Amino acid sequence: MTSFAAATRLIAEREIRTMLRLKGFWIGFAVVLAGLFAVAILPTVFGGGKPSVAAVGSSAAAVLTGADLDVRQVDSRSAAEDLVRAEDVDAAVVSDGSGVRVVALSDPPVTVIAALHTAPPVDLLAPAAVSHGARTVVIQAFALVFFVFGMGGAAVAQGTVSEKQTRVVEILVSTIPVRAMLAGKIIGHSLLTIGQAVLLIVAAPLALRLGGHTELLAMTGPALGWFVPFLCLGFVLLTALWAVAGSMVSRQEDLGSSMSLVMLLLLGPYLGVLMASDNEIVLTVLSYVPFSAAIAMPVRMFTGDAQAWEALVALGLLAGTTVLIVLFASRLYSGSLLHTRGKLALTTAWKQAEN
Amino acid sequence: MLKVTSVSRDFADHRVLDEVSFDVHSGRMTGFLGANGSGKTTTMRIILGVLAPHGGTVTWQGTPVTQPVRQRFGYMPEERGLYPKMKVAEQISWLGRLHGLDDRTAQDNTRQLLDQLDLAGRAGDKLEELSLGNQQRAQIAAALVHDPELLILDEPFSGLDPIAVDIVLRVLRDRAARGVSVLFSSHQLALVERLCDDVVIISGGRITASGGRQELRNRYGTARFELVVDSDAGWLRDHPEVSVVDMDGPRAVFEVHNGHSDQQILHAALRRGEVRSFTPVVPTLEEIFKEAV
Repeated sequence: MTSFAAATRLIAEREIRTMLRLKGFWIGFAVVLAGLFAVAILPTVFGGGKPSVAAVGSSAAAVLTGADLDVRQVDSRSAAEDLVRAEDVDAAVVSDGSGVRVVALSDPPVTVIAALHTAPPVDLLAPAAVSHGARTVVIQAFALVFFVFGMGGAAVAQGTVSEKQTRVVEILVSTIPVRAMLAGKIIGHSLLTIGQAVLLIVAAPLALRLGGHTELLAMTGPALGWFVPFLCLGFVLLTALWAVAGSMVSRQEDLGSSMSLVMLLLLGPYLGVLMASDNEIVLTVLSYVPFSAAIAMPVRMFTGDAQAWEALVALGLLAGTTVLIVLFASRLYSGSLLHTRGKLALTTAWKQAEN
Repeated sequence: MLKVTSVSRDFADHRVLDEVSFDVHSGRMTGFLGANGSGKTTTMRIILGVLAPHGGTVTWQGTPVTQPVRQRFGYMPEERGLYPKMKVAEQISWLGRLHGLDDRTAQDNTRQLLDQLDLAGRAGDKLEELSLGNQQRAQIAAALVHDPELLILDEPFSGLDPIAVDIVLRVLRDRAARGVSVLFSSHQLALVERLCDDVVIISGGRITASGGRQELRNRYGTARFELVVDSDAGWLRDHPEVSVVDMDGPRAVFEVHNGHSDQQILHAALRRGEVRSFTPVVPTLEEIFKEAV
């Protein structure tokens, strides 16, 4: 006799083994890893070059000393203009009687002008713990990871439909409890996600160090620690929904329509957090809403806007919602799994579970 | 013994099963006959809990069939279902474990079954790489791997070539001989005739006949005989005790009105000359089926 736990374990084992053999699974993970490294390293590589200027005359050279520019001394204005035309330099700075003139090709060279400005000294009364750039990198990284893992859950929907389509579901249903099937799928895929998350946690410091963000690394550590439980719970929540999306239809071709709602629940929070990253009130709200909490709360922990108790409350809310959704999903899943003709309405699935 | 009692089922307003009752005895092969849409698959799905009945009960050895009980059943659905991308042996032993076998036994049973079904060479291939006939053998292995006490096979022979039919038949007979109850549906009457001990005939959602094959023959068979003589058999037409069904020179097929008059006819024939053959004509299942339906 197979117990509920043993059946769940067998289903989970099969799901994991199947996923590990899929090329798409490894490609997806590689994309996340590559994305992480790209976000951390690329700005340093491409953004690091100083603007270059050609300087003509001693007063120009004097103005440019101390500015963060790559300066080339040339003899005449025409030589400097040639360099600008040839796009060998971004701009030329030419002595003009009392002051200097800036010569550029088509657009005013903002960085060069800024470097020549004498800005008044600024005293910040409450300096931000995290620079705007660092904040953007972290938000993007968290959002990307959550989105890619969340989308990975679509494999659960596809797997469920293919079980329905091949009718292997009849053998499974006659052998083990339907809820063990759902539990096995959720556990199997969640374990895979946790495994990937752990690998990412190991890779993230490496990427940050390569990108030269050592300071950022020290600051991200705790946020990463918060991100893992949020990510795992958020994933369980989404997986249950993906499974229901799969059980509601009977052919792969119909999957698009039933998956769109789950996509919305995934894409909405993702875009919401990205767009509201500068709006503290919206971000605070999003950090409590279960679907977006997984991204928004670790971000707020990272920027130092949220206290630990806030994260715990959000985590508790997420856990509670997850339990509710899983219960809800297991009923819909049992009600719709054996429906093999066309697409099913949610209410019908709900009622059928009673029979 | 599997006992199906007064099982009914509706789809929307349409009644597909109406008070269906029959038994499947241990160690016997029971053929489940019926035209397309008569309710065979629905009945089997209800026995396996894939579908809920709207009335009636199903019991196994006297206890209601629940999910733990069903783990000891083997099922082969009509629309074949296994994982296309999973390897044959891995898949069958996984299903064995799902039915409660330990890993070792599941693997041993799988190896044995694939051997018996002549599929050992494809053990490491993905299911979808097999021909349809071979996929079906794998499907039968999947239904048998956990040594079930009851086998429910929906059209197990459709799509099999004659050699495969013989192989599968041998495996099923072997199981029945070991005490397993086998219920299988088929529309190939000749096959059922060769194979089954008991027959259940369903028509329009109602059981129209059920019982031992021989018993059904006796019940539905008329007292029909074939006589072959040396000369013309035309005299039979005038005999008051018989009605002739078919006549072709020295050969005649006739029915006797009274159960005992066959011997009188034989004597009468012998008095007229040589008798080459005198045989009772046993009705085929097809004839019983047509009559019962």
